[in-house]
Amino acid sequence: MAVSQLVGARIHRREDPRLVSGRGRYVDDMTLPRTAYLNVVRSPHPHARILTIDTTAAKAAPGVTAVYVAADFDAVLSGAMPVAPAFVAEKKTVPDRFPLARSEACFEGEPVAVVVAETKEQAEDAAELVEVDYEPLPAVWDLEAALAADSPRAHQDLADNVAWDLTYNADADASFAEAEVTVRQRIQQQRLAPTPMEPRGVMAEYRPQDQAMTVWMSSQNPHFIRLFVSGAMGIPENRFRVVSPDVGGGFGCKISPYPEDYLVPAAAKLLDRPVKWIETRTESVQATTHGRGQLYDVELAGKRDGTMLGLKVTQYLDAGAYVGTFGAFQAVACLVAGGAYDFRQVASRTIAVLTNRVPTDPYRGAGRPEATHLIERTVDIFAREIGMDPVEVRRKNFVKEFPYTNPFELVYDSGDYDKPLRRTLEIAGYERLRREQEEARSQGRLLGIGLSTWIELCGFGPSGATAPATGGLALTESAHVRVFPTGSVTAYVGTHSHGQGHDTTFAQIVADDLGLTMDQVEIRHGDTAEGTAFGYGTYGSRSLAVGGIALHRSCQKVVDKARRIAAHVLEAADEDVVFEKGAFHVKGSPDRSKTFGEITFAAYGMGLPEDMELGLEAISYFDPPNLVWPFGAHLCLLEVDPETGAVTLLRYIAVDDCGNVINPMIVEGQLHGGIVQGIAQALFEEVAYDEEGRLKTGTLLDYMVPTANEIPPIEMDRTVTPTPVNELGVKGVGEAGTIASSVAVINAICDALAPLGIRHVDMPASPDRLWNLIEHARSTAPQGGDR
Amino acid sequence: MKHKIRVTINGQVREDEVAPRQLLVHYLRDVVGLTGTHVGCDTSQCGACTIHVDGKAVKSCSIFAVQADGHEIKTIEGMAAADGTMHPLQDAFWNEHGLQCGYCTPGFIMAAAYLLEENPDPSEDEIRKGLEGNLCRCTGYVNIVKSVQRAAKTMSGKAEPEPASAGE
Repeated sequence: MAVSQLVGARIHRREDPRLVSGRGRYVDDMTLPRTAYLNVVRSPHPHARILTIDTTAAKAAPGVTAVYVAADFDAVLSGAMPVAPAFVAEKKTVPDRFPLARSEACFEGEPVAVVVAETKEQAEDAAELVEVDYEPLPAVWDLEAALAADSPRAHQDLADNVAWDLTYNADADASFAEAEVTVRQRIQQQRLAPTPMEPRGVMAEYRPQDQAMTVWMSSQNPHFIRLFVSGAMGIPENRFRVVSPDVGGGFGCKISPYPEDYLVPAAAKLLDRPVKWIETRTESVQATTHGRGQLYDVELAGKRDGTMLGLKVTQYLDAGAYVGTFGAFQAVACLVAGGAYDFRQVASRTIAVLTNRVPTDPYRGAGRPEATHLIERTVDIFAREIGMDPVEVRRKNFVKEFPYTNPFELVYDSGDYDKPLRRTLEIAGYERLRREQEEARSQGRLLGIGLSTWIELCGFGPSGATAPATGGLALTESAHVRVFPTGSVTAYVGTHSHGQGHDTTFAQIVADDLGLTMDQVEIRHGDTAEGTAFGYGTYGSRSLAVGGIALHRSCQKVVDKARRIAAHVLEAADEDVVFEKGAFHVKGSPDRSKTFGEITFAAYGMGLPEDMELGLEAISYFDPPNLVWPFGAHLCLLEVDPETGAVTLLRYIAVDDCGNVINPMIVEGQLHGGIVQGIAQALFEEVAYDEEGRLKTGTLLDYMVPTANEIPPIEMDRTVTPTPVNELGVKGVGEAGTIASSVAVINAICDALAPLGIRHVDMPASPDRLWNLIEHARSTAPQGGDR
Repeated sequence: MKHKIRVTINGQVREDEVAPRQLLVHYLRDVVGLTGTHVGCDTSQCGACTIHVDGKAVKSCSIFAVQADGHEIKTIEGMAAADGTMHPLQDAFWNEHGLQCGYCTPGFIMAAAYLLEENPDPSEDEIRKGLEGNLCRCTGYVNIVKSVQRAAKTMSGKAEPEPASAGE
């Protein structure tokens, strides 16, 4: 990469002036003339047969334009909602999901009817008048209970509740035969509500004269939404436009299509007027896909000298009532369960269970936080079992040579896992902390130190690996760079920025590549009618490592053509023209030079070489040869109050490596937020249900998103190990913090509670959970000691 | 049955007829057209709708529009100076990368402005406690705290305002 001015610099974000001024444009900030408002009638039961739906009273209510049940959409919507193969190509049972339930509602919050009215208040009032006669059915939500032969079924017609049961690798027997020590642990991953601060929202307008649909929606993935919904509505892609304007966070829950994404445009078409639906927070917690919701059985085989030989992992995944569109992505946890360690063998199996809950789907990290949690937890348990420091066990077993092929044939691109660990221990003053811990323990205080030497895989993805996973479309990325005659540039990308700052970082790349200033570059994304034919959206920490490379390559193509034009204008051979600092000059004659702006004007003028077309623009598709593998080392220091079970976070240190960095300020910001989302899972958040399977945490009163007051300052540093997978040497960072942090906190809690003989703590480690564990430990093992 | 209200919003007096059930936030967004005030929950937890009523930070989802009758309201759109110069808090959030998706930001800026009004030189702990009524899902609060610290310094004259570098 060329020596640069902008790439690598802490450039402040160009999207911020509008956002700090209240001039962002989120979906609900836009209204079209004659807009009608849609409200969704949802099942209040975890599982029920729908006997009748009486819409008479609702239809007669003031302002009501229409009340629709499933059959009313038959003329404009067809087919079941999509389920991607993801990491489970052959599934056993995938119940068909339609935007509205017809005869059976299978989770609390499942849409059964919609009301459209002149105002949102009228729609809301009338929705309460829709009379649905339900016959409640037995529901199932506990994973183990759901697998019992006599369990109620999540859908009445199911033979059992198994959505899939796939063994990736069966064999780790040799390792276990050779083992001197084996440890096993069951590890919970509670359900989480992604909770972007802007809930979902959709507005649609159909113009029958043009047979054209426009949908504005809060989505991470507008092109995919267009693909799915245009297909269901029988409207060609080129007349179906999806716009994702400013989007108030996604975290994975705005990737897949939802019922409302179909119902709102369908209602707009039926009514021939714009229709808008904005999700309430209560609907968001209830009916937007959840993350995690898994249970792991883990077994590790090792030797007394700290060598780890083999690992066995079984993932039980709560799929919910339907398999989420990308729900099977979460099975990736099975493929990276070995983490940063050179296991000889890893056996893994994923079992997905259908339950009467909202489907699970990717949530920040999707499978990689779970993998990190299970392996980093188990390594600590093993270290304690053999009486070795957790740092030493990690070091002894780190993968040290790259590229490294893991037991699932995944190739780790580059790494130096001890480097961030050394730096983390140095910042922490690890030896001193251990001495302080000893002293605290002698005073009866519960001080804990937790480590997470995490890795991940991101930058989805190579077409060979991902085309089967999406059902045919290869997860590549494209970028279109268009240079105007006077030298300004617009770049169109197929990724979508909803907080990641692409308007800034992508402009840094383009400005450097073309020798321009930032204000000469405009980045456009999020509108399927603009630029690239297809974009794959932003998730899986892929935008820079895939989209950014497509952008860089388009810029190279532009420079190549501009160089040929410059050679022609300067009357020199192509190969003698050098592009430097925004200008072309003839090698050895710096005064024979033309600026980029002069050449761009010439590109649209007369007198180009005979074999050259007019214009200066380029499009590139980038199909990465491999995934990229960021890594790092986190350390958490905390204290548990033995009398209350309350956790006080004292320090949190993170040293991460995401390869080369375009904008360090943005990388740090991504890590801050990610780390706190993982801490939130460790200590606070859980979607909880009561003994009848009903949601207990239906609002932000009960679903505990942390505030500034619960969060410690974060100490941070970075190491840089570029990837050989792409020419910018960049990996991804959007999910890294979340992947790393939950287990650093839980390992610290387990370390704090070790003197009481407590070996493992599940999440969230709430004060009452810890208090109960402490009380139980004291009553059963008053002398303390290891288990 | 609608009620007539007279309110001053960002320095301008206006009169409207509002339904008794209309929340102040919906009045501001849907009637007045000031969409910078956001709605992030339905239980007054998130603080995205924080505005100033008579100089005090208020969650505008927690009062009805009719209750604003006779009062003075300031929203995020009213924070910049008349010549467009950003309020020191807006500038500080930009400078310190105190926002990502930007949805919670107007509420944070309004809450922080009131916090600094009450306590011009807050400790980090006081900032964290003072912003407890606002939720952010993107930043982990790290840079929000830094933004408020920076604004406190510039507003009290302890530091020169420093424009954000847009790399031009």
